[in-house]
Amino acid sequence: MGEFEVHRVRFFGLVPAGVRCLACQPRGARLALARTDGAVEVYNFAANYFQEKIIPGNEARSVEALCWAAGDRLFGAGLGGEIAEYDLSRLCVAHSVDGGGGPIWSMAANSSGTQLAIGCEDGSVKLFQVVPGGIQFERNMDRRTGRILCLSWHPSDTHIAAGSIDALRVFNVSSGQTVQRIMVNYHVHKVKRECIVWSIAFLSSGTVVTSDSFGRVQFWDWERGTLQESHTVSTSAVLSLSVSEKEDSIIVGTSTGATYQFQLLPVKTGSLEKRWVRTKPFQYHTHDVRAVAHSSTALISGGLDAQLVIRPLMEKMQKKGYDAALRKFTFPHRRLVSCARKARLLLFQFSQHLELWRLGSTDETGKDGEVLPLCRMPEHLVQLKSKGPEHIYCSCVSPCGSWVAYSTASRFHLYRVQYKGDSVSVKKVPKVPKLLLPAYQLQFSADSGRLFIASARGSVHVLQLLEPGGCKHLHMFRPPSGCPDAVYLLAVSADGHWLAAVGGDWAIHIYNLKCFKHHCTVPTYNCAVTALAIHPITNNLVIAYSDQQLFEFSIPEKQYTAWSRMVQNSGLHKAWLERDSPITHITFNPKNPSHILLHDIYMFCVLDKSLPLPDNSALLMNQSTLKQLPETARQRQLHAFKICKKFQPLLFADLLDDNCLVMVERPIMDFKTQLPLPIQQKKFGT
Amino acid sequence: MYSVATEETLRVMGGHADLVTGIQLNPHNHMQLYSSSLDGTIKLWDFMDGIPIKTFTVGSKLLALYALGSSEDSVFVVIPKSGERDTFQLVSVKLTKAAGQDLEAKEVSVVLDRVDASPKYIAFGREGEYVASVKEVNLQVYFFKQKQLNRFSLSAVKTKSGNNQFTCIACHPTEDCIATGHADGKIRVWRNFYHKKEYTYSTLHWHHDTVMDLAFSMEGTSLLSGGVESVLVLWHNQSDCQKDFLPRLGSPIEYISMACDGTLCCTLHTDNSADVKTGLVVDPRTKALVLNGEPGHLQFYCLQSDQQLFSLDIVQRQYIHQAGLNQADLVKVAFSAQGKWLATVEEREEVTDPELQLKLWFYDEETQSFKLNTRINTPHEDQITDMCFRDMDELEDDSLILVTTGRDCVFKVWVMVEDTDPEAQQSVSWSCDFVGSYHNYQATNCCFSEDGSLLAVSFEETVTVWDSVTWDLKCTFCHPPGKIRNICFGRLTCSKYLIGASDDGFLCCWNLLSCALEWSAHLNVLVLQPDPLSEHIAAVSWLSKESSLFVFKPNEPRPIYIQRNLCREKIQLAAFVPRDEPETIGSEKYLWLRRSQLFFLTDTQELMTLSTKSLQERLTPASKQLAVEESLPVTPFSLLLGKHRRQQSQEDIDLGKLFVRNKREQDSPAVKELLHTPAHVLPSASFLCPIFINSLLISKENKSAEEVADEVEMESEKTEDDSDEERDVTEMEQEDTSPLELLGETTCKLSKSQEKELRKIRKMDYSWISAF
Repeated sequence: MGEFEVHRVRFFGLVPAGVRCLACQPRGARLALARTDGAVEVYNFAANYFQEKIIPGNEARSVEALCWAAGDRLFGAGLGGEIAEYDLSRLCVAHSVDGGGGPIWSMAANSSGTQLAIGCEDGSVKLFQVVPGGIQFERNMDRRTGRILCLSWHPSDTHIAAGSIDALRVFNVSSGQTVQRIMVNYHVHKVKRECIVWSIAFLSSGTVVTSDSFGRVQFWDWERGTLQESHTVSTSAVLSLSVSEKEDSIIVGTSTGATYQFQLLPVKTGSLEKRWVRTKPFQYHTHDVRAVAHSSTALISGGLDAQLVIRPLMEKMQKKGYDAALRKFTFPHRRLVSCARKARLLLFQFSQHLELWRLGSTDETGKDGEVLPLCRMPEHLVQLKSKGPEHIYCSCVSPCGSWVAYSTASRFHLYRVQYKGDSVSVKKVPKVPKLLLPAYQLQFSADSGRLFIASARGSVHVLQLLEPGGCKHLHMFRPPSGCPDAVYLLAVSADGHWLAAVGGDWAIHIYNLKCFKHHCTVPTYNCAVTALAIHPITNNLVIAYSDQQLFEFSIPEKQYTAWSRMVQNSGLHKAWLERDSPITHITFNPKNPSHILLHDIYMFCVLDKSLPLPDNSALLMNQSTLKQLPETARQRQLHAFKICKKFQPLLFADLLDDNCLVMVERPIMDFKTQLPLPIQQKKFGT
Repeated sequence: MYSVATEETLRVMGGHADLVTGIQLNPHNHMQLYSSSLDGTIKLWDFMDGIPIKTFTVGSKLLALYALGSSEDSVFVVIPKSGERDTFQLVSVKLTKAAGQDLEAKEVSVVLDRVDASPKYIAFGREGEYVASVKEVNLQVYFFKQKQLNRFSLSAVKTKSGNNQFTCIACHPTEDCIATGHADGKIRVWRNFYHKKEYTYSTLHWHHDTVMDLAFSMEGTSLLSGGVESVLVLWHNQSDCQKDFLPRLGSPIEYISMACDGTLCCTLHTDNSADVKTGLVVDPRTKALVLNGEPGHLQFYCLQSDQQLFSLDIVQRQYIHQAGLNQADLVKVAFSAQGKWLATVEEREEVTDPELQLKLWFYDEETQSFKLNTRINTPHEDQITDMCFRDMDELEDDSLILVTTGRDCVFKVWVMVEDTDPEAQQSVSWSCDFVGSYHNYQATNCCFSEDGSLLAVSFEETVTVWDSVTWDLKCTFCHPPGKIRNICFGRLTCSKYLIGASDDGFLCCWNLLSCALEWSAHLNVLVLQPDPLSEHIAAVSWLSKESSLFVFKPNEPRPIYIQRNLCREKIQLAAFVPRDEPETIGSEKYLWLRRSQLFFLTDTQELMTLSTKSLQERLTPASKQLAVEESLPVTPFSLLLGKHRRQQSQEDIDLGKLFVRNKREQDSPAVKELLHTPAHVLPSASFLCPIFINSLLISKENKSAEEVADEVEMESEKTEDDSDEERDVTEMEQEDTSPLELLGETTCKLSKSQEKELRKIRKMDYSWISAF
């Protein structure tokens, strides 16, 4: 696969925020996720669980509950006491309404999506009407003291069940009265301890399912107020609960990191009597599982260890394939690192600051696998702190290293960085032109003369960078047919001729930068684009889709290349298609035009177009076996995919020059040590 | 058959010609039961009366039997598949209702193929709706009504944390629910298994090793499981968090069965035939045999009633089952004469430093059990090799002395002292009084004389005799080069003799009054056991792959009783157990068995005894007993005893033969004279020699003389010495002497084992010639 000198970068101290809540779009194919830092992400089931949209968080706005209403409108509520509606095309908060009951702990939409109920700190349950362009307060429910931690609507929208401390209550929606109050106490040797109902679900049969801080999952008959079944699943709290749409399966998440599935199974063959049975236990998380969701084909859980785990239900799968893979997402599906190739700098993006590092260097050479001693240590040059509560959307450093740009929800910043010996000076570029904010992606041209800013409604701005520290708005591209969604990926050709932009509708538009004209649109493909890049020599656009397909599109000829057609005809290797994480970055080796370098979280791959594609019988990851083969046999075994799994989890990989790679890793254990301690558990044999 | 209320065996039914492989109550008549056997028959019994009602012959080997309430006239059996080795199938057998005792049952239909042979691997579900069978990592469920077969398999990969091999299966009595046990200790509860795809299971995990058996309660609300941990686990509602334990059941659980009313549960354990390290010791109080029982326990086993009287926890530590973990175990036990004190030694084998504990127990009359009095940590630096109390029946407690010998080259004397600590609950405790050693040799054995005045301690090759009052070294005996293996004092009339056995194959008898060797015999003695009630001493020898028993009195070097070919195994231990009442014994040969009975324990953990009763006499009552014990695997030694008794009867036959042969041998008057006259009254060897040789010459034609006791010749010490000195000369001169040549020819025909004997004869020859 070629020999490279590798900078193994482990100083990117990213700590992903824990998962706070999850919401599956009803009958839809999307999952909304909120993190503890207030960021909201949208995953698309149809696009193989690709992280489609990210709305960065805001220090002033935490998200405690998310729900979908009125089709595809997403609402979030948090301890700030406000209900916010998210604009999923502009990826920001559209508007927010104060709940009027203090911090909001829970929110639920009714089955038709016309009403929202919120549970507040002061013990009130308030109803809001979802109207076009916003929400309107409708009425208060009967108020009692004790915060409402969880809410659930009856599928017929007539009743609401609310879980509080030591009790659960059922409200009649039309009258607003409490119609049932059930105490869920827990007595140990006559000592009463506080029992927190963490999560609740109202089934259409009239059964209320609660999960509480004593590790119990209980099934209540709300009309009689009696306990039907009680399952103790854990010694610690059961924090979250989610019911499938068919109401035959429940997933619960506990504070020990374990999740359990309950299934409604017939007691005997053919008999009508059914009972809830705890079936599958899973232990994927190390910390609290704060949120669970039940899609029609998968159990989804998110924990404070920042992991989103999607466990497909095998019995719902038709065949083993890409859908049946267990997925664990910890890191975002987008670039947080940018690299100044010439200046050998790395820019790391954190939620509220940027770090600029100079790579270390060595003057020694060694054999394969050898660790070379550094003659100059990597150096932390600059830390740029973003002011205000808003989190950073995107950032970029120019290839020459002298320009750094980043954007938040409301502001765009451009900095001129100057290096004088060992000292670094950062100067803010004044008077940046007014742009359609926020920017979703930033990209400098290869000669560092221009900056491309991906913006809302499919537009891309082109800024001319001026020495010694100024800029000028040159042009704004817009797709000819128009596009409601924001552009989220950009690619510039090395000769500065072409620009490719992908919007939220997954259409790839190619613009000519010489005459500022829309050049063409790549034939649409029904999957999300996860990465794209333009070849520096041939000007071919290489596109990776979330279903792991790879395309090569010749920009000058406005058509797919012969190699791309050949790939589509013969099909990619099965093992390649069954990988569970998307390609996040593509780059090229100018010395070797037939090589495409691409990577995802778990592997780095050199794709050699000159070699034959592997067929399904061949081993995809064959690098280690190839090494042991004699030269002649090796030639026969060679195929196009040369995969290296040494660097994991790989956040970023780029080629600095002909034989020098930079790999940015973030070992899971490094950031796990920065998380709070998990619940102590006795393990047998330790 | 056992009564639940009284724990007694009620009835034993026999009639199968081979191993009984399955028993099932007749679901249509709860007073009847079916049994199957490897002999290919199914028998229907009326178990209250013990009468076989019907016998159905199936033909092939039956490995397991199941009876169902829903199938009126057929039972299910597992038979080997014809034509293929090690594959088995479950078939249903139609039991015809025809009259008559012996019926053919040839109507066989295959239900499941490729099942496992063990009965634990198949279970019938709710009202016989389905049958589930497991093999390796596959579960197959067959629904009778739908005629549908579902197969489920788990991943066969054995990881560090998981091994999915099925080990047992149980079906819920009322619901469609199957519980399976796995080799890694997990229990999976399967549901929804009538869907090929949407089946589901939950996992219960407590056992850390293989789940041996599972059983549902009658209502199905709880599940019982057991395994090598010897803990019975009760799972409520198949929930992982609600479980109860019944720990310390003694030994790994093999089978679990629930009673119909759900109030009782029966567990069957693996045989607890522990490695007997302590030796066979007889409790003077109960006359029970005391030996290792459960790990860390002493079991008191009553030989007469074939029952375990009780089990005494000595180690008093939780037994943790884990591979590779060294457990503290009992290695030595000794009782004082009256059974008032018990001394135990436990050790834990560690490579670096063995953990040793000596415990002294006092018999508490009130609680009728032993109570721990003193615990001594590390009584010796190294392993304790032997231990004995001063056996003085008539003396009071204060003279009670315990002696221990250790590998650390010392023996220690422990005495009781008044406890000075006012807070202590007991008035006496034990402490060390004297430490003795001899030339820094390892102490191997110790023994008190009958009156308690002398203590003999063996140090490798030397036996030292100590005064038990002053602890002075009185005298030493040695018989180089052999190291002393056993020593014991004579009793009653023979109390002036000390017997020692060495590992180079000599049995020596020293006279304590003259401090000289009285006699010695060439005998590879493994076990030397004095009878506490008579002067007899039993010695068990091991030669050419068979054990032989010799019983003698120390005062004469001629054995009273010889039993060759006692058994094929090495005998490790022996014990005399006093009889309740002296038995009337007609034969003079067995007179020594009058007051006590001799028991042996062999290498293979078989316990044997010698009996005087004739074969016929023994067999009549024993045949009944034998059967009891075969179906009685719970009590520890019953199986062993059962086996042994059968063997015993064979031995009795052998005994008869041997007896006859011996008679013939002794027809030669010379040999008879030689062997029967005490050594000290015999004329000099030179005088005896021609007669002896003549007898041998005759024996060449007769052949029987060859059988002359090959290792039993007991020569006087002088002869022995003579021969030693003059061996060289013999060899020099042997060519000239014509009688010797003649002898040489004879020798050729003699077996190699007798060469030694012949050499001796040659020496005698020489002396005889010299006398001329």
